[in-house]
Amino acid sequence: MSEHGLPADVSRRQLLIRSAAIAAMAGPGSALAAGCAAGSGSAPKSTASSGGSSTGTASSDPANPFGVKASAPLDVYIFKGGYGDQYAKAFEDMYKKRFPGSNVSHKGAQDVTGDLQPRFNAGSPPDVIDDSGAKQLKLDVLNRGGQLTNLDQLLDAPSVDDPGKKVRDTLLPGTVEIGLLGSSMYFLSYAFTVWGLWYSSTLFQKNGWQIPKTWEEFMTLCAAIKGTGMAPFCHQGKYPYYMMVPLMDMVAKNGGPQVQAAIDNLEPNAWKSDAVKNSVEALYMLVDKGYMLPGTEGLTHIQSQTQWNQGKAAIIPCGSWLENEQLDATPADFGMAVFAMPSLTGDKMPRTAIRAGAGEPFIVPAKAKNQAGGLEFLRIMCSKAAGASFAQKANSLSVVKDAITPEIAAGLKPGTKSSNDLYNAANGQIITWYYLNWYSQMKDDLENAMSQLMADKIKPDEFIARAQKAADTCAADSSIQKSKRPAT
Amino acid sequence: MRLRKKTRERLFIASFLAGPLAVYIVFVIWPYIETFGYSLTEWTGVAPPSKVVGLKNYTALMHDSVFLKALWHNVEILVFFPTVTIILAMFFAFMLNVGGRRGGVGGVRGVPGSAVYRVVFFFPQVLSVAILIILFQAAFETNDAGLFNGIAIKLRLTDADHPWEFLNSPAFVVWCIMFILVWQWVGFYLVLFSAAMQQIPKDYYEAALLDGAGRIQTYFKVTMPLLWDSVQTAWVYLAVAAMDAFALVANLTPGSNFGGGPDNHGEVLATYLMRNFQTFGKAGYACAMGVVIFFITLILSLAVLRLTRRERLEY
Repeated sequence: MSEHGLPADVSRRQLLIRSAAIAAMAGPGSALAAGCAAGSGSAPKSTASSGGSSTGTASSDPANPFGVKASAPLDVYIFKGGYGDQYAKAFEDMYKKRFPGSNVSHKGAQDVTGDLQPRFNAGSPPDVIDDSGAKQLKLDVLNRGGQLTNLDQLLDAPSVDDPGKKVRDTLLPGTVEIGLLGSSMYFLSYAFTVWGLWYSSTLFQKNGWQIPKTWEEFMTLCAAIKGTGMAPFCHQGKYPYYMMVPLMDMVAKNGGPQVQAAIDNLEPNAWKSDAVKNSVEALYMLVDKGYMLPGTEGLTHIQSQTQWNQGKAAIIPCGSWLENEQLDATPADFGMAVFAMPSLTGDKMPRTAIRAGAGEPFIVPAKAKNQAGGLEFLRIMCSKAAGASFAQKANSLSVVKDAITPEIAAGLKPGTKSSNDLYNAANGQIITWYYLNWYSQMKDDLENAMSQLMADKIKPDEFIARAQKAADTCAADSSIQKSKRPAT
Repeated sequence: MRLRKKTRERLFIASFLAGPLAVYIVFVIWPYIETFGYSLTEWTGVAPPSKVVGLKNYTALMHDSVFLKALWHNVEILVFFPTVTIILAMFFAFMLNVGGRRGGVGGVRGVPGSAVYRVVFFFPQVLSVAILIILFQAAFETNDAGLFNGIAIKLRLTDADHPWEFLNSPAFVVWCIMFILVWQWVGFYLVLFSAAMQQIPKDYYEAALLDGAGRIQTYFKVTMPLLWDSVQTAWVYLAVAAMDAFALVANLTPGSNFGGGPDNHGEVLATYLMRNFQTFGKAGYACAMGVVIFFITLILSLAVLRLTRRERLEY
């Protein structure tokens, strides 16, 4: 090697300046730049043409209500998450059977935003999208951009199973409501999830613990559990939205429709109601009385759920995907089961009322080339055959009514069976919150406040003040499209 | 007309540069210009911008307490992360190359086993960020199953009912991220500085030795001044890395959308930008942030190069 590192006339300094400039360019902004490749906006034209092709040729033929051209290709994009994407391939086969001439393309992936944001901006999105997962394209944002097809026409179309019935009447209650943006349905949430507090029935039986009906009973139970040296409660603290569910269940039960409407409609002082105060103070008792698993406020969902499976804590809040998620970590004799949030004094909804509802939203983009085909695909999904197929291939209930025959029900796992029982016991008393899909930023602000409440960094009063401020900020932001909660 | 020799030479060079330059303009320069354009609009990010709002996004930024908090965290990282990394890397490089007992060529050699240390220190650089995240997720776990808490509890620094919060602690989350950054980068700069140290002629050390300089004096009077160019490079790159820190913060800190928690105490500019861009549907606002970050980074890089300009020694 030369004693003289660089030829004298090439300045290392110049090289440095150049490389520094490149490095600056390749800084954090580059991720943004990649996502910014928006089209030049020939949007209105393409909307008009695709809108025309679907509604213009719409026929009254009950077998093809949207007037699908049999030869038109169908482009399907599926979020390949907990449910996989095998179920979607079965749906595609059903579609191909009805329209043998069509070429159905399938893509199953996780990075929904990364894959589809450029396509939306360029005006060439797929025809059907399962818009779920961590990289979900936010539905309120898509709708604000005029990118979603109004699905009311799907709801009013005849059912595949019985042309005398509308699709609307073949779906579980709450499905339409959860899909509303404004006064119309824009997304079909297909997987049916039940929320509650999960426990090991084996553990409860062994100790003679009873399912608590009221909050006082729950506190007594927690004291008993703590007495055995086990932590009564744990939660997925790294993601505070898990703890928002028990809280908002209690608020809904204690406050009833009026309080729910006030919160969803961003009314002034909605969070100052007694129902909110009672619920936040009750929930905070878990922290205040030391009933939480130490450190749970910093754990991921997998870490906390595994601790719960290992018997470090007795109860955890979650949705009914929990069983599938923890399949490998759950001991064979665990007896996974779920109960509803205990009642507070003066509740306006019965104890058995639960948060249940449709998740895994499917959409048809407004600028889809085969919009009619996309709608038809969703109509096929709403058939009993598709619902049964989903239960078999994705191990989850769907929003299709009466799709589960006794044979299928017989093969359910304990947790799924328990959530099924929980849903039946609720007898139609389902808790729904709309702000979750309507106001992303407010939801995020609430979760931040919840993380601090659970970490004992703030008290209930401050939580309520922060929640109210988040709602007021959202209400005052003119760039956010507002919706009204449907009257019940 | 016959072109001058110099001009012909330049054209010849330009003909080679045209292709790469075109790629650079289309894929780097143009998106930056576009981002600046979008920053002047109200844009959801999923449809063409709805209206031009002028500098409203920029004025809103100045009043956004989360943005200012994120900026402050980046400044903290900017001050401490490069400084600590460079000091540690320099120290280790010196020990591995010059720090051993007298002997070897020109009376200079590294501590025993320095070849092994060199490889070990470089390990973190070989790991992908994804692996790093899984590793530190487990190391910082907020109960006795976590590596650090396990040790702390064994040493009775705390007990199992009061595990340290680490990434969930408002006061320490940024420092935990910095710890990981330093751990990740020290090895790389150690190798960089080692290479530069090996370029320093051994006779300089011999001369210093003959003049009766000790190890510490040799380090400060001979090694450091001669490493200045490498240090300068390290500063620029580390400063850019400090303005980013996206992957670690987005995945390790609490929060559903690109982390940033607890309660924005772990927020950095890049994560807040992404949350506005993808979660809140405020892409125009996010673009304004992108532009601000770009200028901060650019000014910073130039400032470092200016401030560290020195006379160079050819050898």
